[in-house]
Amino acid sequence: MSERIAPTRTPEFEARLKKRYASERRFRALGLGAIVFSVAVLVFLLGTMTFNGIGGFQRVEMEVPIDFTEAGIAADPAAMEQPGALASLEAQGLRDVVQYFAEEELGEAAAEELGAQAWRDVATAIIADPAVLQRSESFWLPASANLASGYEGEGSPEMQALAAGLYEEGRLAKNFDPGFLGRSDATNPQQVGIWGALKGSLLTMVVTLLLAFPIGVLAALYLEEYAPKNRWTDLIELSINNLAAVPSIIFGLLGLAVFLTLFPNLRSAPLIGGMTLALMTMPVIVIAGRNAIKAVPPSIRDGALAIGASPVQVVFHHVLPLALPGILTGTIIGMARALGETAPLLMIGMRAFVATPPDGFTSPATVLPMQIFLWSDEIDRGFVERTSAAIIVLLLFLLVMNGLAIYLRNKFEKTW
Amino acid sequence: MTVVHDNLEKTEAKMRAEAVSVFYGDKKAIDEVSIDIPTEYVTAFIGPSGCGKSTFLRTLNRMNDTIPTARVEGSIQLDGEDIYASGMDVVQLRARVGMVFQKPNPFPKSIYDNIAYGPKIHGLAEGKDELDAIVEKSLRRAGLWEEVKERLQDSGTALSGGQQQRLCIARAIAVDPEVILMDEPCSALDPIATAKIEELIAELNGRYAIVIVTHSMQQAARVSQRTAFFHLGKMVEYGRTSDIFTNPHEQRTQDYITGRYG
Repeated sequence: MSERIAPTRTPEFEARLKKRYASERRFRALGLGAIVFSVAVLVFLLGTMTFNGIGGFQRVEMEVPIDFTEAGIAADPAAMEQPGALASLEAQGLRDVVQYFAEEELGEAAAEELGAQAWRDVATAIIADPAVLQRSESFWLPASANLASGYEGEGSPEMQALAAGLYEEGRLAKNFDPGFLGRSDATNPQQVGIWGALKGSLLTMVVTLLLAFPIGVLAALYLEEYAPKNRWTDLIELSINNLAAVPSIIFGLLGLAVFLTLFPNLRSAPLIGGMTLALMTMPVIVIAGRNAIKAVPPSIRDGALAIGASPVQVVFHHVLPLALPGILTGTIIGMARALGETAPLLMIGMRAFVATPPDGFTSPATVLPMQIFLWSDEIDRGFVERTSAAIIVLLLFLLVMNGLAIYLRNKFEKTW
Repeated sequence: MTVVHDNLEKTEAKMRAEAVSVFYGDKKAIDEVSIDIPTEYVTAFIGPSGCGKSTFLRTLNRMNDTIPTARVEGSIQLDGEDIYASGMDVVQLRARVGMVFQKPNPFPKSIYDNIAYGPKIHGLAEGKDELDAIVEKSLRRAGLWEEVKERLQDSGTALSGGQQQRLCIARAIAVDPEVILMDEPCSALDPIATAKIEELIAELNGRYAIVIVTHSMQQAARVSQRTAFFHLGKMVEYGRTSDIFTNPHEQRTQDYITGRYG
């Protein structure tokens, strides 16, 4: 009997085995490298963004002590709770009072550079606490854009000198500006805020979600669970897939042509913006939803049918709850894309200068990415930092939205 | 060919199939099967893979309706009522004719909710106490109560395979069906779990008409009193289990049970 050599004990086999292990090590190293690279890019992005953006949450302010006992402004605490309080203070000459004390304390040149809207900050303080009118109080008020650039070491030499002088006296400083989150767009970078755009984004996203989610999920359920498989459903599937790949500006044209023709008065409104973005988001939700529904094991449907559940009960008691995590994943992707979208909104007029936050779904608004786009276009240096700050706000918004969706997804996730 | 109803004593048929044929598109999967299914006995369907026994089982509670290309001819009656008649409600039919599948398929919900789902959607229980009672009764009948009574809120999918299958049987029992169809209920289970299911079938026998499809001839011999042998979409022979296994009339039955093919 001939001697049998095991095929896995030959030197050739061992050489091949070594090669196999080597290719595995290479693959792992490549994968690890890819992850390290993406993490590094992310850290770099977030790092520079935070570093640049921190300045955007601050503004250059000067200290103005005001002795209200001399000013002769009267405010009855009850009247201060009325909506007309600001107008009443303006009528009593609060603006001139602030200007007068600025001249007294800081000199004429510095008072010239007090922000035009600075008196509003004082008025807000008075409305919050009318008792300040009985005493003397020191306020940090926003400087003009020119003085702010002087403080940064830019702009005209006179401004730089003035800023340096005030800084020496401790009357000029760059302070944290909580008002940035509460104000809206303005022409002066010292006065701008992000609240208007944030609220606009919020309202737009609400409209998008309320339209795209139910329509997308119902379309996916119908196509997967009820529709017969024929040429028509193939055509619809193809159309939906194509719709998901259509460039977003086309959706803007559609919104312009259809929605703004139907509702001409709603230009720049979050309602129209939301409707336009919903058109863009819906196909993404339909595609993700169909895949999630397909992944529900048929045995679950059989089990429910076999104890006498009607088709609708099978869908809503079993299929939908099991598919929900997958549907939510698709929704996260779609909504994140919609949140960052500017192109379709350009078309329907959401790039307008909107200085007041929107009151509701039908008032003019802008959205965060659009605000970033508008500010990045400004010449004034102060807008550079404000733009970075707006980007941070946008990223945080995205983070909160996705966090919520992931929380919901994990909550509904089940194993079978 | 002749279908031999071998000197069976007269029994009331719970379900009666007459000349039933099933088509998948143009393909004929079942060819003119006629059979009476009594309440008193467990009926087993045996036969080689692809012979149509599972297909025929699924026509008995119209689970074939979910396959768009499937078409059924002939008549199937439940208590004398044609289940394919236009007036028959499928939801009600499936509440009366329950089914247990090859692979245990508990819902990814708690053990309690798995059992309570059927009674809930059919409105069989008024109030929580009654529902609790149905859940306990069903689990006791399925021989699972002692094992799970402490953890009714745990997920049904966390149970072992055998327990899951008994949970599915309990789920079917919970809506108080008249017939229970079992499609190879033990094929995914180990011998010990299989033995438990077989014991359970013996206990349920008489209370419900039970039809079981099985690949294992030993199982058919152990649990059933009536056996039907299917081959190539036709029912070759139907009779007392003891007769089929010891003294079959047809050569093909003889060949199958002696392991000539299968």
